Order: sequence, then C-alpha cells, then structure tokens
Amino acid sequence: MPIITDTGFAPDDDLALLCLDDLTDSTGQAALDLPLDADPDAVPRHFDRLTHIVIPFPGFADGRGFSLARRLRALGYRGRLRAAGHLIPDQYAFARFCGFDEVQISSEQADRQAESQWTIHTRALPPFLRRRTGGWTQPAT
Amino acid sequence: MARNFKPSIVSANDLHIGDVVYMNSGGGWTRKLAEAAIAHTAEEGETLMARAAPQQAKVVGPYLADVALDDDGRPFPTHFRERFRTRGPSTRPDLGKQSANPERREPLAASGGI
Amino acid sequence: MYRYDEFDHDYVRARVSEFRDQTQRRIDGALTEDEYKPLRLQNGLYLQLHAYMLRVAIPYGTLNSRQMRTLAMIAERWDEGYGHFTTRQNIQYNWTRLTDVGDILDALADVEMHAIQTSGNCIRNVTADHFAGAAADEIEDPRPTAELIRQWSTAHPEFAFLPRKFKVAVTGSPNDRAVTKAHDIGLRMLRNAAGEAGYEVIVGGGLGRTPMIGKVIRDFLPKDDLLPYLEAILRVYNLHGRRDNKYKARIKILVHETGIEDMRAQVEAEFERQMHEEGGPLVAPDPVQVARIESYFAPPAFEVLPDRSETLEVAMANDAALKTWVENNTSDHRASGHAIVTVAIKGTGEAPGDATTAQMRVLATLGERYSHDELRISHEQNVILPHVRKDDLPAIFSALRKAGLASANAGLITDIIACPGLDYCALATARSIPVAQDLSRRFAAPERAAAIGNFTIKISGCINACGHHHVGHVGILGLEKSGIENYQITLGGDHTETMAVGERAGPGISAEEVGPAIERLVDAYLDTRVDETERFIDTYRRIGAEPFRQALYAA
Repeated sequence: MPIITDTGFAPDDDLALLCLDDLTDSTGQAALDLPLDADPDAVPRHFDRLTHIVIPFPGFADGRGFSLARRLRALGYRGRLRAAGHLIPDQYAFARFCGFDEVQISSEQADRQAESQWTIHTRALPPFLRRRTGGWTQPAT
Repeated sequence: MARNFKPSIVSANDLHIGDVVYMNSGGGWTRKLAEAAIAHTAEEGETLMARAAPQQAKVVGPYLADVALDDDGRPFPTHFRERFRTRGPSTRPDLGKQSANPERREPLAASGGI
Repeated sequence: MYRYDEFDHDYVRARVSEFRDQTQRRIDGALTEDEYKPLRLQNGLYLQLHAYMLRVAIPYGTLNSRQMRTLAMIAERWDEGYGHFTTRQNIQYNWTRLTDVGDILDALADVEMHAIQTSGNCIRNVTADHFAGAAADEIEDPRPTAELIRQWSTAHPEFAFLPRKFKVAVTGSPNDRAVTKAHDIGLRMLRNAAGEAGYEVIVGGGLGRTPMIGKVIRDFLPKDDLLPYLEAILRVYNLHGRRDNKYKARIKILVHETGIEDMRAQVEAEFERQMHEEGGPLVAPDPVQVARIESYFAPPAFEVLPDRSETLEVAMANDAALKTWVENNTSDHRASGHAIVTVAIKGTGEAPGDATTAQMRVLATLGERYSHDELRISHEQNVILPHVRKDDLPAIFSALRKAGLASANAGLITDIIACPGLDYCALATARSIPVAQDLSRRFAAPERAAAIGNFTIKISGCINACGHHHVGHVGILGLEKSGIENYQITLGGDHTETMAVGERAGPGISAEEVGPAIERLVDAYLDTRVDETERFIDTYRRIGAEPFRQALYAA
C-alpha cells in the first residue's frame, strides 16, 4: 500500500490509526482515521495532538473526501492529511488542492498505474486557480 | 433458471470506434449479428462472458442479450433496443449498419483479428 | 462575447493533451473502463447505442460565426455532416470515433471552444437566457455571471466527483427564458431596495424521475458574494448528497429530505466559515478579472434607427410568408429598429435541433453579416440571431428559405423539443424523434398552427427528461411496456417564470396512437377556448385536465 507525495512513491509507513472515540484530552501524538460521515466540528479540539488525519476514499467517484479535507483545512488543521483508498492519478492534483499532502493506494493499483502517472504536472491547471492561487496547492496552508 | 434461459449472444461496443460488435465463436468480435456465437444455456452464456471480460482493450461494456433464432438457426434480436443496435437510427436509414456501406467509416479496430 | 486570455488558451490545450493521455492509458490498460469513463464524460464523450457521441459546450449558448463554421467543419470532417443542438444549449455529434476526439478537441480549442464538463457528475455547462444582452425586458446581462461561474467551476478540484450532475442557469430578465426553477441552482438577477445588484438564489429544482420546482434559499445575494455562496451550497451537497441511489442523488432530493430551512442554515454556516477563512474566501472573485469579463459583454454599437422599418413593412405587404415568419420568429430588441430572430431548427418532418453542415454555414454567414457576428443556441433547440436590423429581415428570411430554415413556427405547436431518444441514446427507453416528426407533419399547415397559437410539446425518450417533458404544455414521455414503446402524456406543464410540472393524463399509449390523441386534444382545446387569445395552458388552467383527458382517450 504505497504512499504517494509530490516526490513520488514511498513504502507504507504502517501508521497506527485511532478513531475519533479513542481520542481523549490525555492522548499523546496520534493519527486519526476519520470516516466520511464524521462531524468535522468534533475534530478541532484534537488538532494539536494529531500528526495525521486519514480520510478514506471507498471509490474514486466518491468525492466527499475532497470537501471534508477542505473543511478541515478551513477549520485550521495544519498536520498531515492523507487520502487513502481508491483515487486515480488524475485526481492527485485535485487532492493536493483540497488540502491533502499524500495519497495511499493499493499495491494492485500501484502496479497498474506507475509512479510517473501520479506526478502533479500531468494535470492541466485551470485558469481560475492559476489566477487566484498560482498553483495546485492552497495558499493559506 | 436453466429452463428459462433464452438463446443469447454477447454484444458490446468497439473501444476505438464505438460501433456495435458481437462475440464470435473464436472469442473475437464481429460487426454482424449473424456471425455471433450463440449461447443456448446459462453455462454457455457464462463462458462467453468470461471470454469477454479480459478484453477491455478491445471492447466496452460486454453484456448478454436475448436473441431468437430463425429457421436456419441464425440469431435475430427480440428487443426493440437490440433491433436498433443491429441497424442504426430509425430516422436515418442512411447511417449505421443499415446504410448501404456500413463499413465506410473505418474497418473494425485493426480489424478481423480482434 | 468572452475572449480567452493566455491562461484560458493554455488550459484548453493542456486539457486536450491530458485527454489524449487519459485515452492512451485506457487503451494501454493503466485505466480500467470504470476509471476512464468519468474522465471521458467530463470531456463530453459518451458511448451511445451505435457510436461515441461528443457533446461540445456552447457556454450560455453564445457563439460567433467563426465558431459556428468550426462546428460545421467538425460535422463534415469527423462526423456524418450534421449536429444536434440540445436543450442545454450545446451541440452533439453522434458519430465520433474515440481516436479522433483529440483532434476534434484541438480544432475546438483553435476557436476558443471545448467539451469540458458537458457530462459527468460535476458542474455542467452553465446556461443563460438565450436573449441575453438583446431582450427588451432585461434588467442586466446574465452572461458575465455565467462566464464567471464557468471559470470557477471548470476543473474545480473539490467538485469534480459530486453525487450527481449539477446544473446552473442564470437569467437577467423577469421573463424567465432560462428555466431557472428547474435547475440545481437557478440565479435570477435583481436589485435590492438600496439599488444594489445581486441575485435571488434558487436551489433544488430539477426534472428527471422526481420533478421539483426550485426553492428560494437566499432572497438577495450581493454580487460579490456569489462564488463563496455557490461554493457553500456545493460543499454541503458534496458532503451530504445521497450516494446510495443515483436516482436520489441530485441536490433536489437533499433539499427535499433536509428541508429548505435546515439546508439554508447549513449553507449559511458554510458561507460564513469561508468568509472568515484566513486570507479571505479562497474563491472571492478577482475584481480585475470580473471587470475584464464584463467588458467583453458590452453591447455592440447599435445603429440608431426608427423603430418602424419601412423596408420591412413594404416587404411584408408583398409577402405573406415573410409576414407570418416575422410575427412568429422575431422578438422585441432593446434597441429601436432592431429585432431578435429565432431560426427554428424545426422543419416539417425533421429531427428537432438537427442542423446540417450547410445549414450551420448559412447561419454563420447570417450571424456575421446581420447580427454583429453573434449567434445563440436556445434551450428550445433553435438558433438565435440576437441583434438584427429590422431592415435586414427580408434578406435574412430569403436566405433562410433557401437553406430550409425558414419554418415560421417559433413558439407554435410544431416548435417541439425532443431529446435524441432511442434512435441514438443508450439511456433511452423509447424513441423521441419519430414522435416529433409525426406531430410536426400533422400540424404542418401554417394556418392551423397559427390558429392554435402558443403551444409547447416536449418529448423525452426516458425518465431522465432531457426533453423537458414535465414542463411542456403537453409532455410526452417514452417508456417501455411489455417489450414495446409506450408513451405517457402529461398536461399543464409550464417552463416559464410561472413554472408548473405537468400532470399525468392517464395510462400510456402506443407510438401510433400519440399523433391522433394529440390531434383530438388540440381539437378539444380549439372548441373550448374563450377566444384566440386564450392559450392552451390558459384553457387548461381554467377548466382542468378532465375534458382533455377525455379527448386523449376518446378512441
């Protein structure tokens, strides 16, 4: 289950994930597995202790994760944000814009869709973003 | 279920051109329904579909469609949707398979062989 | 009209390369068909019954003559010599090959056109009043707004994989020619008590399986807040719209199930969050770009002319056909001595909205010579010459007559909307075009059509309602019943600002029965109406469905 960032493929880091209910005020540094139907407003009080938030993509056509990521960034989350599951290379830039730092896909997919297909530059940057932000990543984060 | 199985063929659209194609008995594809391999049982239908499944590089969306057989055993469509697919738009007899020269647009994707 | 800057040019070219690359990956196997399909759809490419169909965007229905000529060239070079103008102000080519699509998209890019987001579960081509910038009743030109939305929504990273498609329409006139209440979002331009320009925002309208009339979510939205507010609606929809059932995935269902009050609260909260985001809302419009867009829609320099054209009056006195055409197919223009021409792509026995290469070229020439190089496509599948001198109407009519485009039936019973139906479309359950053709022949006599007056027939070949059947005075919906085509008739629909969804008249009827049934219905209307100023829809509202039901099923 390789992890993809702007520099390419990296091996799985076997992140230990907690769910929202596991987090308490005494939890130390943690990585959170945040389901798509979670209430994002319940997360900000834990932002300081979260190194990662992982948002699942059950299928690449399910775009909820993009909005959830944008919402978390708007709420002030500054840790790493990972999209995990089925995304396709053509969505990598979209994910980056919405605030994700990395994408994790299945090994089967990585075999089929080589590293070079995932580089951000393969996606055309639409004029609106180019004029407003100058790039595929959000200016504020 | 087997008792209710109607004779069927596998149809799809050619990936490159989009034209309606049918699987023939060699597991390749033909534009002519008359040349389609006919499944007479559910098992035969599954076999044909299993042969179609790995052929994504050639066709899109293979599926089993019912046919009836004429006196010579040749298949013809039973549903009106399939009937249009064997012909072309009913409003434009000059276009599609029903036209005088249906293959004028291009031979089937690097044809014959597929 | 809008002109691309270097960013726009770069983008459409890059997008074509990207599409070529995506297609190559599909052929190589890196992308499965399931993965490739949404990508090709977002580039306008469908796979239909007989071939690939490419749907080209005509943003808010506006194009120039050079663009129309390119559309003709594409039909000639890569298709079968014709195109189909759609109810979403687009054009469809029914016979494209996957391997040619890259070249077609490059040809479109040469004239600042594309096929981006004409399909798929994303924000679709934005539509607007086809009389924009010309209509006498207009408060403000809706096209700068539509263009701004087009730019914002193009490849919007967050909203490319919505629960379902998303359609936005804008009108700048109180007479709603853009069917705003039947869109996912409808925007009506207006001014508040203080005289500031803004929008009434309508959400959750739509036709399809569950027709719904849109509800007002914001009475007055200041112009500058438009994009953050749209972003808020889309975010709420993207997060909460249903994904378990595609027939319940449109925002109209979310609005219906959530309730407009609760929906409003969620959207306003999201809007507020954005307005307070660090550095301001990410999608606040750039004033320089807004001004640039607006400058491109400045009205052309109209000649100052007397409103009455002696040339036209004399010509009409000598040519009854011209007179009828002028009466039916021209509308009031804001500039005196000018008119808006509706070229009805509705010849007797023709497929509604289908234009040949030669006809497209004639239209291009007429647009160039007589209409300040502007053409429009209407959701009624007609072509509009928006800025014509009344003095030129006889010459235009004469040219249209030679091209087989002089049908004097705009707004009449033969100005039928029909989707492609089962003659082309893989989603259709029955044919639409032959029904339209049959009806157009039955009511072909100009005197009869004139006597019937304003009467809209809209035909869809499946429940998705691309033919807008719900909002036709008479709607016809083609379905399948026991292995044959079967047609349901609805009565009393209305697509204008007094929008109404038609009611089902009764059981479906066969294809052959549709024509005679509609003829009986029309006869019943003619017998019942108070006088010729009472339209069918008025009579229907006065006396109800029952007499018409009886007429339909009298056989």
